[in-house]
Amino acid sequence: MSLLDVLSRIFSRESAPSKDIARERLRLVLVHDRASASPEFLNSLKEDLIKVIRDYLDIDEEALQVNLENEDNSIALIANIPVRGFKRKGNEAVSS
Amino acid sequence: MKSRVIVITSGKGGVGKTTTTANLGTALAMMGKKVIMIDTDIGLRNLDVVMGLENRIVFDIVDAVNGHCKLKQALIKDKRFDGLYLLPAAQTKDKTAVSPHQMKNMTNELRKDFDFILVDCPAGIEQGFKNAIAGADKAVVVATPEVSSVRDADRIIGLLEAAGLTETKLIINRIRSKMVKRGDMMDISDIIDILAIELLGVVPEDEAIVVSTNRGEPAVLENVSRAGAAYRRIARRLTGEEVPMYSLDDPENIMDKFKKMLKLAR
Repeated sequence: MSLLDVLSRIFSRESAPSKDIARERLRLVLVHDRASASPEFLNSLKEDLIKVIRDYLDIDEEALQVNLENEDNSIALIANIPVRGFKRKGNEAVSS
Repeated sequence: MKSRVIVITSGKGGVGKTTTTANLGTALAMMGKKVIMIDTDIGLRNLDVVMGLENRIVFDIVDAVNGHCKLKQALIKDKRFDGLYLLPAAQTKDKTAVSPHQMKNMTNELRKDFDFILVDCPAGIEQGFKNAIAGADKAVVVATPEVSSVRDADRIIGLLEAAGLTETKLIINRIRSKMVKRGDMMDISDIIDILAIELLGVVPEDEAIVVSTNRGEPAVLENVSRAGAAYRRIARRLTGEEVPMYSLDDPENIMDKFKKMLKLAR
């Protein structure tokens, strides 16, 4: 890095090298792209979630929502799963 | 040798698909291979001018698939190499003038006479893309070290996989070693990590590409062009030869040596 580069970096108040910013932005945008490019992705995730939770809880399968959301430079999987009640059988399965 | 149909694609426009097709085709012909380059960018043909063959066009791809001429009549022989041919795109039609089924039949017919069938794909993911990949055995994705290009490359790799093309390889084009060194351009490992596909080669940014396009003479014909040298190495890899990756570093000059000595002294 030449002296000029160092000086321009100091005076332009850049924190991270721009390639790190590029890489981070790409990582975030591609998670979204890949998920939305295949609508089956979220659907099959939803179906598998239902399969697992069904053993433990009585849930409203129709109202279940699964989405990927952007939150401050990170991606979160947000699932909204209305619970109708606990399953006695499920409790036994967990404790045994 | 079994003939291969390779589609050169990218999603984003302007990253160097046509330049890559012209240079790889020419480099393979220099190695004695029989090569046909197909321009599938109907309505926006350019491979002919990059190759300097624009004055020789009589028939085009649409004439050939619709039976207005025989396939062989539409092939333009290169002025430099005996084994090199171009099938130009039509300029007055649109992408729907050819169907994926017709493309597949045509590339299969060309297998009889050629070792390599290079298909230059148009930008985008619509009909032109579908036509270009229809008859391909393998795909080469060209990307530049920019967010927009890498993003589109990722989308294209997904679409190629969905179409059954799973052995896709990547060419990183127009990389600038100085910008990479000062952290202002993504480097090879950044891009490979993100896209998770095999690297076929790296082509440095080179003004000689503009000059060679001005002249209609692919850069692989120039001994001094660094991009040309990179393309010659990629062509050797396409024939199955093991070739070490192109080094990004410029040949060490006196100033670099001096800087190294200073660092050592500290």
